[in-house]
Amino acid sequence: MDLSLLTDGLLAEREQGITIDVAYRYFATPARKFIIGDSPGHAQYTRNMVTAASTADVAILLVDARHGLQVQTRRHAYLARWVGIPRVMLAVNKMDLVDDGRQVFDDISEQFNSFASELGFDEVSSIPVSALRGDNVVERSHALDWYSGPTLLQYLEAVPARHDEQAGRFRFPVQRVVRIADGNVQPGSGYEDKQFRGYQGTIASGSVCVGEEVVVLPSGAKAKVAGILTADGEIDEAITDAAVTLLLDADVDISRGDLVSAAAAVPYLRNEFDAEVCWFDQQPLDSLRPYLIKHGGTTVRARFSLLRHRVDVDTLKLEKNPASLVMNDIAGVRLRSQRTLAFDAYRDNRVTGAFIVIDDTSNRTVAAGTIS
Amino acid sequence: MNMLSEPGRFNEGDVSGIDWSHLDALEAEAIFILREVAAQCSNVALLFSGGKDSAVVLRLAKRAFFPERIPFTLMHIDTGHNFPEVIAFRDRIVKERGLRLVVRSVGDSIRNGRVRLRDESEPRNPHQSVTLLDAISELGFDACIGGARRDEEKARAKERIFSFRDEFGQWDPKNQRPEIWSLYNARVAPGENIRVFPISNWTELDVWQYIRRQRIPLPELYFSHRRQVVRRNGSLVPVTDLTSPRRLVMPSKKYKCVSVPLAISPARPRSNRVRPR
Repeated sequence: MDLSLLTDGLLAEREQGITIDVAYRYFATPARKFIIGDSPGHAQYTRNMVTAASTADVAILLVDARHGLQVQTRRHAYLARWVGIPRVMLAVNKMDLVDDGRQVFDDISEQFNSFASELGFDEVSSIPVSALRGDNVVERSHALDWYSGPTLLQYLEAVPARHDEQAGRFRFPVQRVVRIADGNVQPGSGYEDKQFRGYQGTIASGSVCVGEEVVVLPSGAKAKVAGILTADGEIDEAITDAAVTLLLDADVDISRGDLVSAAAAVPYLRNEFDAEVCWFDQQPLDSLRPYLIKHGGTTVRARFSLLRHRVDVDTLKLEKNPASLVMNDIAGVRLRSQRTLAFDAYRDNRVTGAFIVIDDTSNRTVAAGTIS
Repeated sequence: MNMLSEPGRFNEGDVSGIDWSHLDALEAEAIFILREVAAQCSNVALLFSGGKDSAVVLRLAKRAFFPERIPFTLMHIDTGHNFPEVIAFRDRIVKERGLRLVVRSVGDSIRNGRVRLRDESEPRNPHQSVTLLDAISELGFDACIGGARRDEEKARAKERIFSFRDEFGQWDPKNQRPEIWSLYNARVAPGENIRVFPISNWTELDVWQYIRRQRIPLPELYFSHRRQVVRRNGSLVPVTDLTSPRRLVMPSKKYKCVSVPLAISPARPRSNRVRPR
């Protein structure tokens, strides 16, 4: 059976025998629900791999036991770490095609461990599998009886998900300002005779309670949370990932793109910052021209004021001061934005520390960045 | 690999609990997406057929903007081949919510020559996209929200949540915009538009669980009931105004009464049920 027929859903993919874009697949076991973002290995489509990785809790890198680690394996491990996936699993496939499988597996996993440990994952593991025979995918096998660790599915059912680990300071990027006034109220909502202004958004980190003091950035205006509204009514407390409408007690000037933050622990406020970017576009970076940066709900103009280094993903060596960036390059850069941004480092906050770069003539998303 | 919360934690009676189920995660994601469309785009259509997926998207929009009225225009691309119950349901929902609905019909596209059927019995669903594209340019929408899900079909499993359409209304699956984190890029030039799929990551089961949890009303015909059907080309076809008995290839037992739960598209086998992107 050709398993790629399951995920290579585009005609061009079947014609060329490769995966071009991410295929999302859904399955559930009694323990958990899973979304697989099956992404391409080809260098040309790295941006699609990053698309899948950016929302993932765990990365499974698939290598062929006959060929071992490839440059693309290292690139994908690097990018998985770059987008902040804490755990990576190396699935060494086609174990049915190698002699002395134990030695082959040990060599590959040792190589991978030493590469991946430099990247700073919380956990690196390897499993020998044969997708063809199903060895160690769901059930263990006699053919690989020297392996005593979990099967791939056991691993996935047990590995911590990011949602279990959330914490942090309260951050609330404002998506929309809503004014309830004449004519725009939902019939039957109970708000027909009320007037208010609220701020719609999703809590990026931490939690918030009614009565808590918050600060609105970049203006710095202070206020107290007067109410937290959901479609089920007002609530006293809201947690990370909840999509709510905040009401504040003071009449402060807030618009889309502002960040409501815990007053006790505020983010950085700067218009120049260091970041690590992955360049996606076929057209190389032109550091003379401005780009648009989308950060939370804000879109601002920004320039690449300094190209510090480019990362060689094979050796992890840094090439100093590259002249430009081309597709798939990963680089340390400095950006200068037209307006002050309120941000955290990406390692502290995956929402307020992340941005994408848009070319304002083509409107394409040309790069993604994490703030250092 | 992304892990939603454990399905075991799903508790059907509990709507307001602090317990965070996979439905809460999917709902929060969809609400974020709907608010993002409202913030980034200026003239947005929400495709509403009266079917279950669009009923879920409409409910999500109601919850996303509560207590503000949904800031979108509802649009139905009407094949003319709908069950009357579904149309009645559609009209009732629109009236109750005080929403604006525009209907553009494939029948009109056929009458004015934009759609040509090979013969009267050809399915109309594949031609919805012509009517849809015409409506988008006529009404100047820069975004169209649909209820498509990635688990429906192989090509759709590849589609972005914010999916770009060029000035010809075409999707280029080989050259999609990267979609990193939840930083959706809805920027388009005049004439281009974005299709937005807020329930991309929902499965069929998630949709039904959410319908039950939120008690979302659906047209009666979703649930098992008795209905007259006839066998045609291996399919059971319900008898409606559109089912012409003359063309039925049923020499002897012309009408056979079978009790089956039926899907929304009345006269077509499942393979022809393609919704406009």
